[in-house]
Amino acid sequence: MRIHLLSLVFLLFSQSVWAVAKIERWQTPQGSRVYYVQTEGLPMVDIQVAFDAGSARDGYQFGLSALTSALLDTGAGQWNADDIAQRFESVGAQFGSSVSNDMASVSLRTLTDKPLFDTALETMQVILTRPSFNEADFQREKNRTLAGLKQQEESPAELASIAFYKALYGDHPYGHPSSGSIITVSGFEAADLRSFYQQYYVAANAMVVIVGDLSRKQAELTAETLLSGLPAGSKPEPLPEVVMPVKAVKQHIEFPSSQTHVLVGMPGTYRKDPDYFNLYVGNHILGGGGLVSKLFEEVREKRGLAYSARSSFVPMSRQGPFTVSLQTRNDQTGQALDVLNKTLADFIEQGPTEAELIAAKKNITSGFAMRFDTNKELAGYASMIGFYDMPLDYLDTFRQNVEQVTVASIKDAFKRRLDSQSMQTITVGGSGNKSEK
Amino acid sequence: MNYRLLCAALLWLPVFASSAETTVSEHVLGNGLKVLVKEDHRSPVAVSQVWYKVGSSYEPGGITGISHMLEHMMFKGTDKHPVGEFSRIIAENGGDENAFTGSDYTAYFQTMEASRLAVSFELEADRMRNLHLLADELKKELEVVTEERRMRTDDNPQAKMQEHFMAMAHTNSPYKNPVIGWPSDIANYKVEDLQAWYQRWYAPNNATLVVAGDVEPKAVFALAEKYFAELRPSELKAVKPQDEVEQLGVRKMTVKLPAKLPYLLMGYKVPVLKTAEHEWEAYALEVLAGVLDGGGSARLSSGLVRGKQLAVSAGASYGLASRLPGLFTLEATPAAGKTVWDLETALKNEITDLQIKPVEKDELQRIKAQVLAAAVYERDSNFYQAMQLGMLETVGLGWQKADEYVTKVNQVTAEQVRDVARKYLIENKLSVAYLEPLPINESATDTNTEKGAK
Repeated sequence: MRIHLLSLVFLLFSQSVWAVAKIERWQTPQGSRVYYVQTEGLPMVDIQVAFDAGSARDGYQFGLSALTSALLDTGAGQWNADDIAQRFESVGAQFGSSVSNDMASVSLRTLTDKPLFDTALETMQVILTRPSFNEADFQREKNRTLAGLKQQEESPAELASIAFYKALYGDHPYGHPSSGSIITVSGFEAADLRSFYQQYYVAANAMVVIVGDLSRKQAELTAETLLSGLPAGSKPEPLPEVVMPVKAVKQHIEFPSSQTHVLVGMPGTYRKDPDYFNLYVGNHILGGGGLVSKLFEEVREKRGLAYSARSSFVPMSRQGPFTVSLQTRNDQTGQALDVLNKTLADFIEQGPTEAELIAAKKNITSGFAMRFDTNKELAGYASMIGFYDMPLDYLDTFRQNVEQVTVASIKDAFKRRLDSQSMQTITVGGSGNKSEK
Repeated sequence: MNYRLLCAALLWLPVFASSAETTVSEHVLGNGLKVLVKEDHRSPVAVSQVWYKVGSSYEPGGITGISHMLEHMMFKGTDKHPVGEFSRIIAENGGDENAFTGSDYTAYFQTMEASRLAVSFELEADRMRNLHLLADELKKELEVVTEERRMRTDDNPQAKMQEHFMAMAHTNSPYKNPVIGWPSDIANYKVEDLQAWYQRWYAPNNATLVVAGDVEPKAVFALAEKYFAELRPSELKAVKPQDEVEQLGVRKMTVKLPAKLPYLLMGYKVPVLKTAEHEWEAYALEVLAGVLDGGGSARLSSGLVRGKQLAVSAGASYGLASRLPGLFTLEATPAAGKTVWDLETALKNEITDLQIKPVEKDELQRIKAQVLAAAVYERDSNFYQAMQLGMLETVGLGWQKADEYVTKVNQVTAEQVRDVARKYLIENKLSVAYLEPLPINESATDTNTEKGAK
């Protein structure tokens, strides 16, 4: 009977006309925002609960947000880590928790069949609302984090990234890595995690994303169930503004690797930035467009200097980094850096050509449907829209926003926003490039 | 408890999962090109992949990595489409594209709106037979591949150890060579080498075209006929078997590299689905990998990372879909105060346990539940589905194996898991590597800051 129903759904669906996903939004009685997209065809659902509790909320305890998140599924309610893992895995559910600079989130992917779904949801609810933070689990996870931090030091890419954020943001909450540092993490107590959790994992600071084969009613019930037991609490104060670096600084870190990792950039754009689409489309042409971009052409296709050469804007609550990166053989770092800087400077000075802009728009708008052709990607968009409080029609107006960009508007935005006087340069690699200017 | 209920609920899952499967349609062109289509109408997009039956395991000594090098050169133009145009056309059509090379395959893909499938067919058909291989382009691309190797392998202690480990574990199997190739081989490719490789393997009768997404099979087949049917097939010379000789005892190595943490890697020689004496052995090895590393409740996480706290991380892996027999691998990073030898003993104890006692019913049920659920989750991605079909076809198993997977895993018993552990996870089939960290040069922390650079 069930099988019949399902094939019917398939039939109907294959004839339906595709439209941009419809995102619905409401608020739970406890004051949490819910973003929901119904998708059919697969008996599964992706659920995410996100808090404004990323590493930018660490204070001086760098790594506190990440370790708090890592502890969540190691003990909650009456269950220990084994019980929790067994409960999820016996119903084929996948659970995870993670943090970024801005956000801490827990996510669940589960089948929607009722007994399986109910077990997974109940487990997630207990994890969210009654984590134990007991001493033994804390010590173990702390030690694992410390080992991970130690391991970072064998990676030139990681070292470059840490130095880059520090150079861009200094003492701003974006200036340290989410995983923290050996010194700060060593000083944590379980009580620190508990109080971080109590302050930030509260209903007023929570957002729920539900994407999958659940009806609106089921989704409402799901969101309420999940957060029942979280105190109302309050939202944290907005993060401080980013202060732009006042001087262009070049920094080299000596490392025994065969390649030098090069990062150039400065604080770039934030989510609600009126310049966002100019910067986004411009960057697509400069170094964001996969196998077709100015940087890829100049660094790799013309000169064979690197495997990867790219640029990106990461929009966050406040200005996230604008980054241009490549990795090259130590002795040609100077040459590669010159090519990188010239490509960047020329682009800021001249902007794209009309033809380049047309090609980029075609790429972005024609490929639009591929941005969210899976539940996973849709959930990602819903989460971004929800967390940064973007308009619900963000996806509907996306193409239009891209179309409105012009050569002049890109040039203007890049000139205003990227200042060579603030640009930071990090190189990490073997000697041979030390003598380079 | 409601645990019983769950088990009951899961019983109907296999039926359900397979009933929800859309079928694969197959069509073979006159020149031998096999076309596979999987419909998924959830979104108006489609992925198109061309899989060639060639990869690093086909390569003789001296030119290891040439399949990967050729993959890079495939973007360098034809008579019809000069260098750079392939990617430019795909980009203008909103496409995502790239390529990847493995031991047993080289594959190219484009994801686009389904209505633009012809764009990708036209370009792929063109470069299947008409590629330009020019010395100037090769010279530059060689540098790119060398940088790729530095990034992926040379500057990554664990990756580098894995490369040395594979070379030790295999005596004469081509799986001993890295996919990207050994440095001196990369440095010495000639245009003629690439030309010969291209001529030998890039032909419709050595390729599979897989399309997954919002398409109708008949229309795809017609389109494939239009663009690919004219390509002439090659007379394919079979690759030499290079059967691995029997291992005669445990093999061990130490790799010393600048690093911060020690690392242990162990691998047992095991059959794959294509070579197993009984097919179930391969599925039992899959389940065995799940018992050890199938999530947070599996034995390595529960016992070694949390319980005994010997490791900060530990994993087990096995893949049944390859052309030649492979390795069942175990890897671990010791916790502070523990050593790789502590871990080796602990991992071997886990294996011994598996050889003595059949795994618990609950454990087996959890592995199967995860496999069943994963079969549903996988279908969220066209790319993954196409990839599964392309890989199975290309290693010589046939795409039909994709449909059998859930059922066959479901049939595995606790006794079978014990039996494959007894038969294959034994000392004579074992290779072990230890990463011994060398201090990272003291000057690593030296920072040289220049202010006010222009």
